[in-house]
Amino acid sequence: MPTNIDNRRIVRIEQTIVETPTVKTLVFKDSLSHTAKPGQFLMIWIPRIEEIPMSVMINSKDGYAAVTIRKSGVGSTALFERKTGDLVGLRGPYGNSYTLKKSYKKILIAGGGTGLVPLLRLASYAQKLKIQSTVIIGARTKGEVFFENIARKIIQDNDSSLKICTDDGSYGIRGTTVELMSKVLHENTFDCVFTCGPELMMRKVVDLSNENSIPVEASLERYMKCGIGICGSCCLDASLVCQDGTVFSGRQLSKMLDFGNSYRDKDGQRINYS
Amino acid sequence: MDINDKNYNLSVEIDKIHLRNPTMLASGILGISQSIFERLYKENVGAVVTKSISVNPMKGYPNPTVISIGGGSYLNAVGLSNPGVDAFSKELSKNKKIPIMISLVGSSEKEFSRMVKVFDSLSILGYEINLSCPHVSKMGMEVGDDPEAVNKIVKTVRMNTTKPISVKVGVGSIDVVELARVAIDAGANIITAINTLRAMTIDIETMMPILSNRVGGLSGTAIKPIGVRCVYEISKNIKAPVIGCGGVSSWQDIIEYMMAGASAVQIGSVLGSNGPKIFNRITKDLKNYVEKKGMKNISEIVGIAHKY
Ligand SMILES: Cc1cc2nc3c(=O)[nH]c(=O)nc-3n(C[C@H](O)[C@H](O)[C@H](O)COP(=O)(O)O)c2cc1C
Ligand code: FES
Repeated sequence: MPTNIDNRRIVRIEQTIVETPTVKTLVFKDSLSHTAKPGQFLMIWIPRIEEIPMSVMINSKDGYAAVTIRKSGVGSTALFERKTGDLVGLRGPYGNSYTLKKSYKKILIAGGGTGLVPLLRLASYAQKLKIQSTVIIGARTKGEVFFENIARKIIQDNDSSLKICTDDGSYGIRGTTVELMSKVLHENTFDCVFTCGPELMMRKVVDLSNENSIPVEASLERYMKCGIGICGSCCLDASLVCQDGTVFSGRQLSKMLDFGNSYRDKDGQRINYS
Repeated sequence: MDINDKNYNLSVEIDKIHLRNPTMLASGILGISQSIFERLYKENVGAVVTKSISVNPMKGYPNPTVISIGGGSYLNAVGLSNPGVDAFSKELSKNKKIPIMISLVGSSEKEFSRMVKVFDSLSILGYEINLSCPHVSKMGMEVGDDPEAVNKIVKTVRMNTTKPISVKVGVGSIDVVELARVAIDAGANIITAINTLRAMTIDIETMMPILSNRVGGLSGTAIKPIGVRCVYEISKNIKAPVIGCGGVSSWQDIIEYMMAGASAVQIGSVLGSNGPKIFNRITKDLKNYVEKKGMKNISEIVGIAHKY
């Protein structure tokens, strides 16, 4: 059994699950990934094509884990196209994780798309610690909602604690994650808010939490080459997402100029979100 | 300086450059962001060297580009990805107090002179010319292996600046001492040694080279004795200050490089497993060592091994 997270393990894809036409989950066996903390990521090697950072999806089978990919660039598309039986390499899990304090009683989890991956791992850890989670899943439209059943299972099928919204109202409540969150905050109190998803959404979730004086943590994404604090390609202000993150607190994020505003390209140039 | 100052007894002079302590960040490590440089400076780094910058932005090679091979050693073939001279001069435009050396890479004299013209008005210490990156064609080592090209490029940079120039040499087909001599004769002030060494690794399960470029550069613990040897030979044969680099992970390594003849020492890949705070820890330990040995200043040990 590998103990050094830097050691590359070659694993066979044991199952592929189609979540939406552009999102797939690949299941594999790796004990280090099975016990990854929520917010940690793996560097996944698609041999001779790319290596990309991927948040670790939970899998109920002991010793197993998964990654959930939305196809977009070269690497994610190649990974998306892998089939059951194909080999991929992995190293990690790397990075810090969301903090669940034992004193917490109720937490709010807000995310969308593949941002749900670390959040569902978090929800399952919270469940074990008997912390009650309210989960908001946001999507643009019905066809992009996934992980509803897994979320329901983790938070034990309590209808009022799983809330789904779509921008166009085709499923669940009509509106954005942030609009729904604002409503939920009016009716409930939470010890902490946890978020992951598109950065502009996270920026609003963090601002809203800060305005309501609720602690908040967000897991961020940046382009990565090394994943281990050497190359600097993942920098976010003075922080490295791979080593100091992926999870940052609302207090840290509110001081950052890059958060919600800009990211670095493959060549290191700063590009503005617009 | 106050004896309680954390850099008391650690200051060094390298040509015209004064550093508060002999530690430096090696080129290509966390080297593209002014905010990160400021963070390293708070952690007491002596000076930072930027990622090697070229005239145009470069995306570099696809991943995998950097991998750990265990035991504190690494392979990389990043492919000199960098934002290019214009974006990078904007990045550094607000710099006031951080001691920065800009690393330059290019294929022709024209490219180097264009870059120095843009950078020279910034608040920087000087330049490090990368003639030793082992995995990009027509740049780095491929230039470094051609003494005539080295001569022309160094002369060109010299003509465009009065700031100190270091030339970074590596282990290529030309002896490092010869290469260093060509560089100094052409007007360079300092030699940085060494860069990574050409190397590769193959995954035995998939039977494939791991780095996308197949071949890359070896860095970290494995190359330290080679770096120490190069610094020793250069400083023995050439009258110019040397900056050591390669496999440094502790204060003891820094002392060893200095004894071989280095006036300052860079830390590269091992930064990953330690984080930026390694500079604070190492400089504290260096200060203790100098005190324990009863020396006035750390530079007393520079080249001391040549006596024996
Ligand atoms: C990821 C990575 C990128 C590097 N990029 C550059 C570069 O752009 N220019 C350069 O002169 N050296 C570059 N180097 C070489 C380092 O500056 C240093 O010479 C080498 O890694 C040996 O030092 P170390 O063992 O402390 O890492 C790079 C090294 C690594 C690991
Ligand atoms: S990905 Fe290289 S430092 Fe973070």
